[in-house]
Amino acid sequence: MSATTSTPNTTTAPPAARPARPAVRPLAAARVYLAVELRRSLRNRRTLIFSMVMPPVLFLIFGVQGDYATQSAGNGNVTAWIAVSMALYGAMVTATAGGASVSVERAQGWTRQLRLTPLRPAVYVGIKLAGAMVLGAASVLLTLVVAAFAGAQMSAVAWVLCALLAWVGSLVFAAFGLFMGYLLPAENVMQILGPLLALLSFAGGLFVPLGDGWWATVAQLFPTYGLAELVHAPLGGDLGVAAVVNVVAWAAIFSFGAAWRFRKDTARV
Amino acid sequence: MTSTTRTTPALSLRGLRKEFPSPAGPVRAVDGIDLEIAPGEVVAFLGPNGAGKTSTIDMVLGLSAPTAGTVRVFGADPADAIAAGRVAAVMQTGGLLRDITVAETVALTAALFGRTGSPAPYLERAGIADLADRMVGKCSGGQQQRLRFAMALVSEPDLLLLDEPTTGMDVEGRREFWSAIRADAAAGRTVVFATHYLEEADTYADRVVLVSQGRVVADGSTAEVRSFASGRAVSARIDDDAERAAVAARLRDLPAVDVIDHRGSRLVVRTGDSDGVARFLLTQTPARDLEVASENLEDAFVALTSTPVPSTAPSTDGAAR
Repeated sequence: MSATTSTPNTTTAPPAARPARPAVRPLAAARVYLAVELRRSLRNRRTLIFSMVMPPVLFLIFGVQGDYATQSAGNGNVTAWIAVSMALYGAMVTATAGGASVSVERAQGWTRQLRLTPLRPAVYVGIKLAGAMVLGAASVLLTLVVAAFAGAQMSAVAWVLCALLAWVGSLVFAAFGLFMGYLLPAENVMQILGPLLALLSFAGGLFVPLGDGWWATVAQLFPTYGLAELVHAPLGGDLGVAAVVNVVAWAAIFSFGAAWRFRKDTARV
Repeated sequence: MTSTTRTTPALSLRGLRKEFPSPAGPVRAVDGIDLEIAPGEVVAFLGPNGAGKTSTIDMVLGLSAPTAGTVRVFGADPADAIAAGRVAAVMQTGGLLRDITVAETVALTAALFGRTGSPAPYLERAGIADLADRMVGKCSGGQQQRLRFAMALVSEPDLLLLDEPTTGMDVEGRREFWSAIRADAAAGRTVVFATHYLEEADTYADRVVLVSQGRVVADGSTAEVRSFASGRAVSARIDDDAERAAVAARLRDLPAVDVIDHRGSRLVVRTGDSDGVARFLLTQTPARDLEVASENLEDAFVALTSTPVPSTAPSTDGAAR
């Protein structure tokens, strides 16, 4: 076999007729991708139930019944206290699911496919988290609006601050979801993380007050504790140093963990 | 080469090696591949499973780093070629979001490359315009594969890599997929596809690069590979070991001898000139029990890609290109 006959077009350069490649516009690309992410969320029944239906329903179950509901709690009533808890819970679940979906898409080979495009892996993670945060904002608003109609009372400043703290604070759990997703690379990772979040919410005093026993001390170690204290701070009561340290420490642990796995992952693929 | 103008090769591999760690020591998936592919060629990367085809493609795409050697895509680093949209790939499996539509998938991919227009032309070219609004998860394997092809088209790549693109497709799906690829390659795109289907390489490629155990074992036009393979096998018995080795050495100098194989006390010679080899063996050597058998492409493929015997050296040297 000679080499000559086998290369029919050796002298032919790719045809000039091919349209010129447009410059990649990262912002426009990110906007289109974010729109796709939101459409996916709205189509996903599971996501909608856990982010949009569960938190207001849990609020209605625990927040408006019983004698305690109208009792005052700091700058508001108990109903408001529970509404804020459920708003944080909804934002937390949404953020965790958003973070964990990165690993699901990695298992499906989607991140590998994205490596064949100009999209940077860090931008991809950023878009995923932004999508989760948009959904998380909707979840927080929905729960608080339902609560406002169901008798929750607190000062105007407290409404705004609580909503913002729940929303921004859920970023800690976005990092948690990302980290856990990398550690437990399974398509159904949320089936593990969902119940885990519920347990952590009880353990950290988000769903029920911690009281004054020994558990109140142990509870300070859980990643839900600091955020639970923080979001309720605008309702009054003092915010302990332990709560702030807790939030900062867990935010750091989850973020570094996620960044570490992310680097390892993008180096390897 | 007959070319008078030197163009930058679409793909250039030099001494490419890839090792993977394993408990039993490093496994060498790619073991020194030298290959140059000119713009406009349609090349089949043919070999059995585990020959190192996917590992090679991963390195060309910059998805993994070579243990040794270099990869240049149009003279550039793979990562730069990807970022510039000059190279695209259709991977074997995965790489799709199941909960968005076919059109959304292509539109998203296009946006990532800075194209915001309608995805319709790409769907048209990949032959899936009628599936635009179908959820990806509801598409058949063949439809998903044509979707991957549409995604690969959005950057208008100069080099398109296909990794076993028709695995798991039925005959009809395979034909439709290839007619879409073929129509597209006619426009001058360089196409490199990995396959373990001989027939696919034969039908759709201009050039066939045969790989086995991480090495190029043959490289030539489809016609050359076919004529090479449609030769005959002459076998004969020579009892004395030293004598047999000496005859094998002299056979290698004959013009039409392709491969010499030792099977016990028999020498098996693949050749395009069975008469000449038979005459030589019977008149100038102590060979006896001579047999002449027809060969087909399948035999040549098996011979070239099975465990190498030191003497199994094809006449064409892949590195010579």
